[in-house]
Amino acid sequence: MSEQNDGQRFDRLPETPDERTVEGRVSREEVLEYFEDRFAIPPATFDEHTFWEKGAGKIWIYCGDAPTPIEIEAMGMTCLRTRQEHWKPTTDFAQRFGRHAEACVIELEREEARAFAAGEDQELEWDGDWGYLIAGHRIADGLEPLGIGLYVHGELRSMVPKGRQREL
Amino acid sequence: MEPLERYRPIVDDFEAFLAACRRPLGNAVRINTIKASVERATAALEEESVAYDQADWNPRVLRLETDSPGSTWASFHGFTHGQEEVSAVPPVVLDPEPGERVWDACAAPGGKATQLSALMNDEGTVVANDSNLGRISALRFNAERLGATNLAVTNADARNYSLQRFEFDAFDRTLVDAPCSCEGTIRKNPDALEDWSEDHLASVSGIQKGILRRAVQATREGGTVVYSTCTFAPEENEEVVQHVLEAEDCRVVDFHLDLEYAPGLTEWDGEEFDETLEHAARIYPHHNDTGGFFVAKLEVTA
Repeated sequence: MSEQNDGQRFDRLPETPDERTVEGRVSREEVLEYFEDRFAIPPATFDEHTFWEKGAGKIWIYCGDAPTPIEIEAMGMTCLRTRQEHWKPTTDFAQRFGRHAEACVIELEREEARAFAAGEDQELEWDGDWGYLIAGHRIADGLEPLGIGLYVHGELRSMVPKGRQREL
Repeated sequence: MEPLERYRPIVDDFEAFLAACRRPLGNAVRINTIKASVERATAALEEESVAYDQADWNPRVLRLETDSPGSTWASFHGFTHGQEEVSAVPPVVLDPEPGERVWDACAAPGGKATQLSALMNDEGTVVANDSNLGRISALRFNAERLGATNLAVTNADARNYSLQRFEFDAFDRTLVDAPCSCEGTIRKNPDALEDWSEDHLASVSGIQKGILRRAVQATREGGTVVYSTCTFAPEENEEVVQHVLEAEDCRVVDFHLDLEYAPGLTEWDGEEFDETLEHAARIYPHHNDTGGFFVAKLEVTA
C-alpha cells in the first residue's frame, strides 16, 4: 500500500477494497454501495460504466474504451468527491443519473427550484437524512434532478457550481 | 462584405446571398437526446412558453424565439444546447453508430462532439481532441453538462495525433471540423471578415490539409471521414480535399441531406479538382436561412 495517487493521470478504480494498491483510493464496489445506500440507485445502472480517479479523491465515470493508467484531459464526467468524511456527488452526475435515485431526493416547488438553480440557500422542511441530497422538480411530466444540495439545520444549501448557476 | 465579392461567379443568386449574410442569425438549439427525448425537451419548452420551430431536415434542431436560449429550464437540465443549425450537419453526415470509436479532431467547444455522443446513445467512444488548451475547459464543461459519459478529451495537435494513449489503432469514423477563416459565421460575428486576407487563407489551408491527412490515416479501411468548415473559400474546402485525395487512400462519397445546398466545386481560380467533389455540399446562408458551411464525406479505401 505504498503507492500514492498520481494527480496527473487517470487510474481505473480497483474492483474491491482487497485489490487496492494506492493508499486511500476507493474501489468500484464502494462507489456502487454508496450510490445504492444513500440514493437507492441500483448498482446495475452502472454496468456499462467504469470509475476512475484523477486528482486526489475526484472520481470520474466513463463508458468508453481506455487503458489504465491514461494521461488525458478528461474522461466522461466527474461524479463523486471521496477522500473526505462525507462523500459528495456532482451536479452533473445528479442531472445525468439522478432519475434512477429513489432515496434522499427532495422535491422542490417551482420557486424553490428557481432559487436552487441560482445557487441560493433556503429554509425547507425535510423529514429524511441530513447531508447531501438530490434536489429535483417536476418538469414535462416527470421529476427531473436539478443537482446536489446539502441539507443541514432546516436549510437546503445549493451545491450547483457557479458556472452552472442560472437565473431562470 | 467586400471579401465575399470573389464568390460572385460561383454563388447562385449572389444578391440574395449578400442580403442573407447581412441579416443577423436567430437562436438555434440542438436537443440533447442523452438527457431528454425530442418529445420531453419540446414539452419542457412549451411549459415555459418558449416558442420554437423544428427544422425540417432534423427534428432535433429547433429555432427558438427567445433572446436567451441559455436561460430556460430545458437548457439548465441539458435537454438543449445552443448550436447553430448548420453546425449540426457534420455529425449527421458522419452518421456514427452506438459502440463505434469516433474521433473529433478539432472538438472544442464540443457542440458537435456531444452531438456525436448523442447519436451513439452515449455508447462506444468519442475522442474529443483540441489543440487549444484554453478551449478545452469549454469542451469539458459542455460534455459534463450534457451528460456525455462516452467522451474522452485530449489536448494535442491533430496533425501528428498519436493513438498510443488508447488501446486501439484506428477509429471507425472521424470528424474534421477544421479551424478556418469562418467567413460563413458573418451573420453571428459581424467582425468575421475583418482580418480577411488571401495570405491567411493559404496558411490556414496548410493546417487543414495536415489535419485531414492525419484523420484519413487514423481511420480504418472502410471507415468514414467527414471534413467540414464554416467558410466559403475553396482554398479551405475543395482544395484541401483534393490535396488529401492525392496524398492518402480515400475517395469522396455522396450523402443525403434534406437541406438546400450547392454542389462542391470542380474548379476554382484556374485549378481543377476531382469531379467527385461535386458530392460535397456548399450550404449558403440564403439557401436555408442559416450560416454558411462546407461538408465533404470521404471513405477510407486502404
